[in-house]
Amino acid sequence: MAKIVKLTPPLTDEDVLQLEIGDQVLVSGVIYTARDAAHKRLVDLLQAGQPLPVDLKGQILYYVGPSPARPGRVIGAAGPTTSYRMDSYAPTLMKLGLKAMIGKGKRDAAVVKAMQEYRAVYLGATGGAGALISQCIKEAQVVAFPELGPEAVHRLVVEDLPTIVINDCYGRDLYEVGQARYRRAAP
Amino acid sequence: MRTIEVAKVTRAVKEAAISANYEAGEDLLRALARGAVEEESESGREIFRQLLENARLAREQRLPMCQDCGLAVVFVELGQEVHLTGGNFEEAIQAGVRQGYGEGFLRKSLCHPLTRANTGDNTPAVIHTEIVPGDRLKLTVVPKGGGSENMSRVYMLKPAEGVAGIKEKVVATVREAGPNPCPPIIVGVGIGGTFERAALLAKKALLRELGLPHGDPEIAELEHELLTLVNDLGIGPAGLGGRITALAVNVLMQPCHIASLPVAVNIQCHASRHQEVVL
Repeated sequence: MAKIVKLTPPLTDEDVLQLEIGDQVLVSGVIYTARDAAHKRLVDLLQAGQPLPVDLKGQILYYVGPSPARPGRVIGAAGPTTSYRMDSYAPTLMKLGLKAMIGKGKRDAAVVKAMQEYRAVYLGATGGAGALISQCIKEAQVVAFPELGPEAVHRLVVEDLPTIVINDCYGRDLYEVGQARYRRAAP
Repeated sequence: MRTIEVAKVTRAVKEAAISANYEAGEDLLRALARGAVEEESESGREIFRQLLENARLAREQRLPMCQDCGLAVVFVELGQEVHLTGGNFEEAIQAGVRQGYGEGFLRKSLCHPLTRANTGDNTPAVIHTEIVPGDRLKLTVVPKGGGSENMSRVYMLKPAEGVAGIKEKVVATVREAGPNPCPPIIVGVGIGGTFERAALLAKKALLRELGLPHGDPEIAELEHELLTLVNDLGIGPAGLGGRITALAVNVLMQPCHIASLPVAVNIQCHASRHQEVVL
């Protein structure tokens, strides 16, 4: 039975172990944004033996490139981007202690396996609901790679950001289970 | 002969880029509202409700409905009796995109393909110009998101594969895309022409008002069959499983070479944005 869980990073193994596919997770507190270009930079830094601008231990990465904030607003629209483009980088970051990723769309087998190995979870936010999700973001600040513009790493303070567990740390996949329920065999 | 100042083109493109991003079309809102009632899956109905709320907030708060404000595709139908004055027409369109994305607080999502350096102002737009009879200038600004564009495909089928082959490819494209392109999607299918024309037809097919079938009953029937097949995949809203994977499948078709059967499938996320202006 799906449950509703409130989580605030830093996350522990226990936080992740309790989560199962279909659970609704309301995320509050500090999370960090990163998408394609920022992931490349992070992994390039690691390969060069240099420190990361953000300590990822216990943290949540949100795959998003927000639109610019209108004056008086914290941020523009800020819905998830498609996650598979981060698949080649994600296991490396989970190895460093990353506990959760927020995005939309399928992950590859290596990412699902890494989530089991490092006890991490993949949370889906509603794709295309950028204006709605923007309402949950209370603070936003660029903390790394400002030259990347919308792809810079932002530190966000969020309140009850609504997500759903797509892949838990037991190797399960909500997309597969949910879609199988409604699939009709081809004639 | 009718004269149009290109400064008017810039202004029209700017305003269209902004309103396309803030304001969901009435046809889309109707389709989302219907989905919120008709979708069988509970999580699917919740997604439809969220998308309706998202559209309301975007309109009221002058926020883009999606942070991916797209690559600006601009379809131009230029009447052959129009004389454009006061500058370079294509540059006027690019200026409109630049101003719209700047002043509208829209995300600049274009970059150099290799260095990935952002161009900074969301230009260059992709412009498709057609010369048509008359003395009007129609501009349709289509901010196209990257997530759904990435899931689009072109196939060069053998003529022997026929309609069955076309159906198989459309379904395979949507199946492979799964939850990635933000379902419920709209599927544009271009059949015929050449390699590049099929893709253009597929994109143009996305501009049709939701719920309107093709005027040719045979093509309308094919659209209906494709929609059923696609929805039988069970992908559902946000890919969480459900009956409504696509809101529509729109087909455009034209003759092709006797050796070929080009088929393009252009996927559009539910944030189907297009704003038309006639000058």
